[in-house]
Amino acid sequence: MHTTTAQRAPESASNFAPSAEANVYGMNGRIKRLRKESFDAQPSLSIERALIETAFYRENDGKYPVPVLRALNFLEICRRKTIYIGKDELIVGERGPKPKAVPTFPELTCHSVDDLHVLNTRDLQRYAISQKDIDAYEREVIPYWNGRTQRERIFGHVPDTWRTLYEAGLFTEFMEQRAPGHTALDGKIYRFGLLDIKERIAGELKKLDFMNDPEATDKQEELTAMSISCDAAIVFAERHAALACEMALTEKDPERVAELHKIAGVCRRVPAHAPRTFWEAIQMYWFVHLGTITELNGWDAMNPGHFDQHLIPFYEKELAQGSLTRDGAKELLCCFWIKVNNHPAPPKVGVTAKESGTYNDFTNINIGGVKPDGSDGVNELSYLMLEIAEELQILQPGNSIHISSRTPERFLRAGCKVIRQGHGYPSVFNPDAYIQELMRQGKSLQDAREGGCSGCIEAGAFGKEAYLLTGYLNVPKIVEITLNNGYDPLTGKLASIQTGDPRDFKDYAELYAAFLRQLRYIADQKIRVSNYIDRMFAKYAPATFLSLFIDDCIARGKDYYNCGPRYNTTYIQCTGLGTVTDSLSTLKKHVFEDKTFTMDRILKAIAANFEGDEAMRQTILNRTPFFGNDDAYADSIALQVYGDLFDAIDGKPNTKGETFHLNMLSTTCHVYFGKVTGATPNGRLAGLAISDGTSPSHGADTHGPSAVIKSLGKLDQVKSGGTLLNLRFLPSLLKREADVAKLASLIRSYFALGGHHIQFNIVDAATLYAAQESPENYRDLLVRMAGYSDYFNDMNADLQADVIARTEHQEF
Amino acid sequence: MYTKKKCIGCRTCVDNCPASALSLTAGGIRMDNNRCTLCGTCAGVCPAKAMELSGTEYAADYLVNEIEKETIFMDQSEGGVTFCGGEPLMHPDALLELLRQCGERGVHRAVDTSLFARPETVKRIMNETDLFLVDLKHMDAGKHRFYCGVSNELILSNLRMIVAAGKETIIRIPLIEGVNADEANISRSAEFLSSLPWDTKIVHLLPYHDIAAGKHEKLGSAYNPDSIPMATPSAEAQERCLSIFRSHNIKASVGG
Repeated sequence: MHTTTAQRAPESASNFAPSAEANVYGMNGRIKRLRKESFDAQPSLSIERALIETAFYRENDGKYPVPVLRALNFLEICRRKTIYIGKDELIVGERGPKPKAVPTFPELTCHSVDDLHVLNTRDLQRYAISQKDIDAYEREVIPYWNGRTQRERIFGHVPDTWRTLYEAGLFTEFMEQRAPGHTALDGKIYRFGLLDIKERIAGELKKLDFMNDPEATDKQEELTAMSISCDAAIVFAERHAALACEMALTEKDPERVAELHKIAGVCRRVPAHAPRTFWEAIQMYWFVHLGTITELNGWDAMNPGHFDQHLIPFYEKELAQGSLTRDGAKELLCCFWIKVNNHPAPPKVGVTAKESGTYNDFTNINIGGVKPDGSDGVNELSYLMLEIAEELQILQPGNSIHISSRTPERFLRAGCKVIRQGHGYPSVFNPDAYIQELMRQGKSLQDAREGGCSGCIEAGAFGKEAYLLTGYLNVPKIVEITLNNGYDPLTGKLASIQTGDPRDFKDYAELYAAFLRQLRYIADQKIRVSNYIDRMFAKYAPATFLSLFIDDCIARGKDYYNCGPRYNTTYIQCTGLGTVTDSLSTLKKHVFEDKTFTMDRILKAIAANFEGDEAMRQTILNRTPFFGNDDAYADSIALQVYGDLFDAIDGKPNTKGETFHLNMLSTTCHVYFGKVTGATPNGRLAGLAISDGTSPSHGADTHGPSAVIKSLGKLDQVKSGGTLLNLRFLPSLLKREADVAKLASLIRSYFALGGHHIQFNIVDAATLYAAQESPENYRDLLVRMAGYSDYFNDMNADLQADVIARTEHQEF
Repeated sequence: MYTKKKCIGCRTCVDNCPASALSLTAGGIRMDNNRCTLCGTCAGVCPAKAMELSGTEYAADYLVNEIEKETIFMDQSEGGVTFCGGEPLMHPDALLELLRQCGERGVHRAVDTSLFARPETVKRIMNETDLFLVDLKHMDAGKHRFYCGVSNELILSNLRMIVAAGKETIIRIPLIEGVNADEANISRSAEFLSSLPWDTKIVHLLPYHDIAAGKHEKLGSAYNPDSIPMATPSAEAQERCLSIFRSHNIKASVGG
């Protein structure tokens, strides 16, 4: 396919260290070994959690109120699961029995025998599982959960109107496979241990007013469950302490014996008590992280929030005392980084098991930003964390730099230097924008400042908010449905309401009005089912451990999924703004204004995937105002669509007395949505990816990155809970030191225009083609996807093509 | 200009050309330059933009409006606008108007020029210019005439004038092995520059490249028709040139 690859590969190969040297990454022998072990480990499925849980449910279901049952189930897992302490580890604890062994969550969705075989054998994102375990799963787990899973409850309820739209690919539903997640923590776990929290819970239990409060019984059940969840995590930690002591007995190396005793001491201290040292603080977070992802399978794992700000008091104190060095702190943080990398996302079931997703579970370390008092939050650990991200070059955790108007230039430049390495991180966020976003949604100034971005790009008030992503909306498909009067041309079935044959529309306004009717109808269908699912989780799958860490769950006596948090946001993520804008611009200009083509001709061309009418497609591609060029004609359409997406979603009530909000994120869904969407009026061929996030369509931005930024800057991004802009640069563009300053000023410019997020792929096409041809030489090639980085070789051919197709910006 | 890679062979340009200057051949579109009147019809109808008219005319107001769109980036990077060419001094009235309007808007203005222009023209432009980027191609008047078609005397006297007026000026030398990269010429350049009352003292060396060959191909014209030997100077040669300038207290760098 690409004949020139062989010649081009060598000159670009130097951008990335070849994988043969993978074990050189790391500051010392320990980190190199741990990194290599983590990097090389084959992700596998562990059925241990499912077996413990199934046995527990067989014995206990019906004996306890649901929250207590869930907490006891969590306690049972913490008591019985295999404890792992690796050879060189300082930070300890695994969700499964060993690194990259992923448990299943049959209470949410139960893998079939077929699913397990597919996962074990598929080429990409494989999860190994033995035949013995598959047999055990078939015998012990599957029969019990048949008819009892969340997924079955949800699909048993959904109306046909929803199902028709869902099957046509108009939206996805996050919660049919995993639990609502998307949480990041504030600093409270560094001030209070779980024993302190248990005391608070006891106080709340005493205060319950059974005379006047009709919810007192529910609160009692929830608070009791929370208290049990504290016990579970403490037991889990104590078992690590015990194992460390046991290992010390047979360990020959005296240095390691001392370390094991140290580990035991740390695990006895946290999470029962508040941490005193840097080491304890990191281990504290890690136990909380593990508890959250063991209790349930939240969509995105878990996020420490402003980790540099949380850890700096411990670092400074110990540095002054002489009990810690910079290198010592770095080593502990590296151990933590590798721990996160040991935890791939649990795989999905059903049709999606065949399609590869990503191992990434979206833990995103927020670096820099502002403090709750509004002052600059950058500290020495911010630089240290950037250093680690650059050195380790691993998939997880993701990391982002947060650049406010107060952020020192030195820090931004340090971040830009990592960006230019070409691994797709860090992504860059604008606190000045997201603080406004959060305040517009009703957060207090302080809570907003303590917020940031978790997972991909979504804004939230860390430690105080449940902000649940519910799924993606395929907006280009809504255009397609509109142009087909409610029918899905791919199946010929009526999928939505009928809004008229577009050949009869007299003007653009009539076309747009039909699109708007479709949009509102489809968004409402999505919202209705989201609200139903919300209550399913509140009733059947409370997260009693996670609730401990999110204000004000304890004070309210309510679960994270049941209005416990101070703020409760529900997001719908809209995709394909570029594709939609360009499609509407094409119809407006060529059909209704210039009359270049009739509506009939363009509809026939789309139906034929432009076959036989390449001249029309070229005319559209070359002679239509497209989004991303600072062009008033196209940008005004984008603004109108953005505003109407906002109106269709923002303010719709959720089940928690709050409202839905708009998010502009696509992650990798623009590839799936592209597959289920035929050719679009903007000249995009059937099946190809739609535009990602709020980025322009692939190749539509022909006026350079500054024009892209100007177009994006016109959107009132404060009205969303996050937008996503992907820019791709060739490495040659960032070769010189002066170029780092240019990149920094491009970022500052976008943020001055109110941009929420920007990320860069610094990689040239030759490198990507070379990686396609000899994947074994590019195992380490990380590229930026949407809100996270992924290994290029782990992507299927469609995603790879999508990455290559993103516009290469050759100059500023 | 014609880009074969983009052409879909639809014949739209051939059918629409009022001068019948175009034909579709196995090698793509062939243009008869004797018949072509540069009317631009083909560029207007080509769906794939394989046919393009090189250069676009803008009114000064429109252009200033476009420049103003970029102010956010200039603010953040302390950048500005550079007028270059071709040779911007070939259109002194339009240039002066644009410089004046940019000045009113506080936009930093640079002019990239060969300085081959009447002294009166340079003087008029000078007062509305914040920074000059001046090409210094060869110190030898004869060689300058041989390669550029004109002598360098006017250029050097104009340069002396703007520098004497205290204008910030960066000298740019296209460094071509076989033409001007020899030690003698570089030394003469450095001596001449250090004899000027020149505060900026910055030289950018621009090593030769043949990117223009691609454009000639699109235009259907020959690149370097006389086959004058030209080459990119080696890294060592570049380093040698840099050190000559540095020994004259001039800040020299490659690129810029």
